[in-house]
This record gives sequence, C-alpha cells and structure tokens, in this order.
Amino acid sequence: MTGADILVKSLVEHGVEVLFAYPGGCSMPMHQALTRFGDSIRTILPRHEQGGAFAAQGYARATGKVGVAMATSGPGATNLVTAIADAKLDSVPIVCITGQVPTKAIGSDAFQETPMAEICRGITKHHYLVTKVSDLPRIMKEAFHIAATGRPGPVLIDMPKDVQLGDLADIDMDPPMCLPGYEASAPAIPSETIRQITAAIKLARRPVIYAGGGVVLGGASEELREFITKSGIPTVTTLMGLGAVPPEHEHSLDWLGMHGAAYANYAVRDCDLLIALGVRFDDRVTGKVEAFAKDAKIIHVDIDGSELNKNKEAHIPVRGDVKQFLTEMNKVVQKPEISDWQKHCVALKAKHPFSYDENFDGILQQHAIKTLSDITADMDTQITVGVGQHQMWAAQFYKFRKPRTWHSSSGLGTMGFGLPAAMGVQAALPNSLVIDIDGDGSFQMNVQELATCFCEELPVKVFLLNNQHLGMVVQWEDRFMDGNRAHTYLGPISHNEASGKSKVDRFKYAETRYPDFVKIAQGYGCGAASIKKKGDLEGAIREMIEHKGPYVLDVEVPYQEHVLPMIPGGKTVEDMILK
Amino acid sequence: MSSPNQRHVLSALVQNVPGVLAHISGMLASRGFNIDSLAVGETENPALSRMTFVVVGDDRVLEQVGKQLEKIVTVVEVLDVSSQDYVERDLLLLKVAAAPGGKRAEIRELVDIFRGKIVDVGPEEVMIEISGRENKVQAFIERVRPYGITELVRTGRIAMVRSEDMSGKVNSGGIKAVSA
Repeated sequence: MTGADILVKSLVEHGVEVLFAYPGGCSMPMHQALTRFGDSIRTILPRHEQGGAFAAQGYARATGKVGVAMATSGPGATNLVTAIADAKLDSVPIVCITGQVPTKAIGSDAFQETPMAEICRGITKHHYLVTKVSDLPRIMKEAFHIAATGRPGPVLIDMPKDVQLGDLADIDMDPPMCLPGYEASAPAIPSETIRQITAAIKLARRPVIYAGGGVVLGGASEELREFITKSGIPTVTTLMGLGAVPPEHEHSLDWLGMHGAAYANYAVRDCDLLIALGVRFDDRVTGKVEAFAKDAKIIHVDIDGSELNKNKEAHIPVRGDVKQFLTEMNKVVQKPEISDWQKHCVALKAKHPFSYDENFDGILQQHAIKTLSDITADMDTQITVGVGQHQMWAAQFYKFRKPRTWHSSSGLGTMGFGLPAAMGVQAALPNSLVIDIDGDGSFQMNVQELATCFCEELPVKVFLLNNQHLGMVVQWEDRFMDGNRAHTYLGPISHNEASGKSKVDRFKYAETRYPDFVKIAQGYGCGAASIKKKGDLEGAIREMIEHKGPYVLDVEVPYQEHVLPMIPGGKTVEDMILK
Repeated sequence: MSSPNQRHVLSALVQNVPGVLAHISGMLASRGFNIDSLAVGETENPALSRMTFVVVGDDRVLEQVGKQLEKIVTVVEVLDVSSQDYVERDLLLLKVAAAPGGKRAEIRELVDIFRGKIVDVGPEEVMIEISGRENKVQAFIERVRPYGITELVRTGRIAMVRSEDMSGKVNSGGIKAVSA
C-alpha cells in the first residue's frame, strides 16, 4: 500500500465520513487515493482552502467528531492557518492534512514549500511532519486521539509527497501510540474536593454559575441543567456556552461579557460565589480582570489545568472533567438559602432585557433575528454566524435551546466563518435546517463557498443582514472616534458614506447598494431575494426555508444601529453602556 | 496575593523528536515568559532529552510556565528542581588576554582559586574552563574582566535533584510550591 492509501484507509478506520479537500501538486496522490475509497468517504471540494478548514470545523462543532480538511503544500497549506488558529482558540477537534514537497527537497525553498510544522506549532494542539511511511498509521492514530481527547484542538499532519507515494507491504494499521507525555483524560475529582465545594455552596448567599464552551464540548449540558435545577443557582453562560442552558430556564441569566446581558454582568459583579465551569476568563468576558467578580470566592473547574489561575486566581481550582464534576455534585448538592438572591436576579432580568426599537418602520437587525428565531423555534435548526454586530445580535436574539446548535468563531473572531462552517454542519447533518446569519462584510470573505454549497448539494441558507458597512467597527467609530469613518464602508469610495459625510441620522440606510448579492447568489446557482420592508420579512424567511437548495436572503438594514449593552474593552460593569 | 519574584530551576523531560526545542522555546517566547537560561541534551534514554530552564518570576508565573510546558504533547514530565535539594552547574569557557610574561601568573592563581582549568594557551591569550553554580561562575567572570575577556561562552544551567527526594514533581494539578 502507498502512503496515500494508508492515510486514507486510516481516515476511514477513524470513522471519517466526509472531508474537505482542495488538491494541488503535492497532495494529488492523496486525492487519487480518496477516489479509491470513494464508497467509504465523501470528499467535498471547497472553493478556498480556508473554506474547507472552516467546514471541517462546522462538522466537528455540530457533531463532536473530528473534522478533517486537506490542502496541498505552500499556499494551500497556509490558507488553512487561520482556521487552525481558530480551532485552537475554540477547542475544536480537527485534523488538517497538508501536502509537502518531497523530503529531499525540504529546506531548499522548493516550489510551493512552506515550513508548515514550524508555522503551526503555536496554533495547534500538536503537529507532525511525516518522514517515513511506516510511521503513518501510528501518527494518524495519535492525531485523532489528541484532537478529540482532553481539551480538544487542531492537529496538523504534514505529508511530503514521497511519503504519499512510498510503498510498504505488511503494514500494521493499528500500532501502539507513543505519547508518554500526553494525558488524554483528567484525573478523577477527589471526593474531598466535592465536599469542599458542597460546603462553599451551602454557605453562599449570592452564588452564580458561569458556564462555558467546556460544558458543551464535554457533553455536560444535561448534567448542568440538573445541577441548576437542584441547586437553584442563577446561571450565566459565555458565548461558547450558548445552548448549554435553555434561555427559558427559570434560573437562566443568558450570557455575559462585553455585549452580554446587563443582568448577567450585574449578577456576576455582585455574586459571593462564582462557580466557573469549562471557561477561561477571557478578556471579552471579564473586562478589567481585577474587578471581575471581585467579592466572590471562585471555584474553577476545567479539563485543562493551565486555565486554572491563568487569568484569574481561583480559590478552589479543580482540574477535571466537567461532566464528571457535575455528576458528582448532582448526587450531593442541596439548595442553599438564596431565595432573596434568586428574586433579585429575576427582577434584574425583567428590568434590563435585551431590547430594540420595535416601532422602527423598516427592518432592524435584532428584529430580523428575533423573527427568524420565532419561525424556526420548532425546527431542527443549526445556526452559524460571521463576526461582528450580527454575531452579537444573533447571540442576543436567537433562542438556543440545545447544545451544538450555535456555531461562532468566538475566540479568534474570524470574519468569513459563517458560510463555510454552515457548509460543514450541513454535510454532517443533511436533514437539519442550517442557517448562516451573516453580515455583508463577513459574507464576502468566503462568498465563493456558495459554489460548494450548490455543487455539493448542501442547501445552506444565508440570512444576510446587509448594512453596507463593517458595523462593529462603525459602532466603535461612532462611540469612541467621533464617527470618523476609516475604511468601514463597503461600497464604492465615491459614495458619501465612504468618508462618513453622509448624514448620521440614526435610521438612514446607505444610499446606493453594493454589491448585488441576489445576482451573485444567482450566478452561483443559488436561490435569492432582497427585502427592505418589515412586512415582507416573515414571508421571505419562509420562502428561504422552503427553498430546496442553497439560498441567500439579502435583508437591507440600517447601519447606525449599535449593539448594546456594551462594556468597553478593559472596563468594568460600572462602565456598561446601556443606551 | 502576589508572591515575590524568585529564581526557579525547572527540568523538563521531553521526547527526543525533531522540533521539540523550537516548539518549547517558541511557546515560552510567545507567552512572554522570561527565561534566563536554557540547556538541553540527551539523557540516559536516547528517546528522551532533558531541558533545564531558569525562570525568574512569582509563583503564578512559575505555575503557568510549568503547566504550559506540560501541555506540550512531547513534554513527558516537568520538575521544579529548585523546590528540592539539588545540584546545579554551569560550564564556562572564556578567553582572556594574557600576553607572555604579563599577568599570566595572576590569572593562573585566580583560576586555581576558582578551581578552574587553563585548557589552551595562545600567543596572546589563554582559554579557561570553569564550572559551578551560577554565582560562582559570575564571580569568576567579574574577577577576570579587568584583564580583558576576548571571548566567552556558557552552556546554561543544568541541574539534578539529590537522591531520595522526588516529592517536587510538578504534577498536572499545579506546582507544589503553589497552594491550591
């Protein structure tokens, strides 16, 4: 068997049903091998390698299984880099396979040679440069093991062309792994720790649970819900934790952070015990970290020991699996005496809801998302987003009731994530309704993937909130830079908006629309429509959902709307902007 | 809560695979850890290498350095050597200007006091080898500096725990010196 065949056979044996792969000179043998295993594995051709890697992420985020992307050497490989870094920050299990120039040519500045292992060291969980065919089965086994276990993350396998072509008979496809320094699972949580935490909860008068992506990744959402119900402790999630707790739960305080719910931020500011589960005290959550939950005792449970005491010192740091932790806690936890605090939190939630001008005679972004959320409430829906204002509004106004239904580039904040990620989700879940809620800036960063959606029959829907601007940057310009437009208008530079001379009337639309997204979508073979009137919204959404193939619904929205509340970077809850 | 900056000697056992040194030094640099010294070499087991780091920082920095090192897949084990009874050495080679008849005798005397060796004699300079703890090596450098050091090279610190005490293992739950 050739190295390329061993690699593909190994993919099949690791349960890979679909991968996203863009061929080139140094990866052709692997593509040839993929055709030989075509009955067992589906190869989807993205239109850009970055799209392929984000699709692999979408696949992994929706299913929890390892997503796989492949690219050729050099530019093909470097085009994966952003998606790899993104997967590292959001702990997404993916394996990226890159072609490499033949081992003899490595280091000679050969055509399409880049030192991928060097480039990827800091942005992968682990990386391999394969130098011998005989190492390949072990490396594949290790790569999938490392990507999926512990705190998940991306693994790079760099495959020189001569290794792909090398032939080896009698190869053991299931050799032992050689990972003496790798701990796949966290140690069991000592019963003494559980006792200590139970006592801390009993003593607390104003406890808050702060739950993050680790709960979703750890498959612990059910256990978390049980824990909240049993303890009655008000709960906030992070952006990555959306879906872990249904928003209707009586103790849900939605999500916290820079654009999170005011009541979530107030509750954390005032709590006396913070139970942090699968979170990393990210700066978009904490703001000024010294002031974050400053009067609280902090319990921090994470599978990654390096997160404990990293950004914020914990009084009870616990390295462990959050699902095991919650299972143990659910056996012993009792309701602390916190009825006053619960009432206080309910009142806070009622007093400071996410809100917008419902009387606006046109379509506001928040209204569009809320309407979409209502219409799709009972459907099997998966949502992806780009990065920016629309992402924050989607988090605020779409109701995520199940884990692994919200897919956002949260840590790296990569524009262009939404469409390719949706494509990957759809490939994993053909029967789900997959919607990319996107902005016109983000959408254009990977718009070419409409071709993939059409050609590979992935009926992804793009719900495009088109304000003709880079809305989040515009918002910062408006708030902190006297509204001076600095390259945040996406239309021709001859337009008034380009220099910010257009009257900054709160609900004024950009005067001329650019580009014509309906034509673009149709050019790719997708269905499309453009709407501006509020009355057209619901019908247009239904039409989008009913359309058989991929579809772009271009929704014209004003660009002066700001995402609120907002805690400016590095500031505290006291500095929260509510209007 | 912050503890004063202290000098720590960490010792990491790593898999002897290509790129492991680059991986570790890259991680330390990208996370902004200040490493005073780093030495690396094969161990009694050819599959493993030993890296010795000198880190200056408070307990929290030390904890993070240890945990981030342990997170690297090819790092097998990290020990805080300086939390235990240990031996530390640094090897120095230097050339000092010493024309015949001039100060050679004085220099030789200094070398003897520091229990070093003159390992090469040139027409205008001598090469000296000295090993010991960092402060001894440093003191020697200061003493010979006035004679005119023309070239200097050091291995960086290496360290080993004395027998029968392995309790300072930096386990994954945190570093021994840091109270949980």
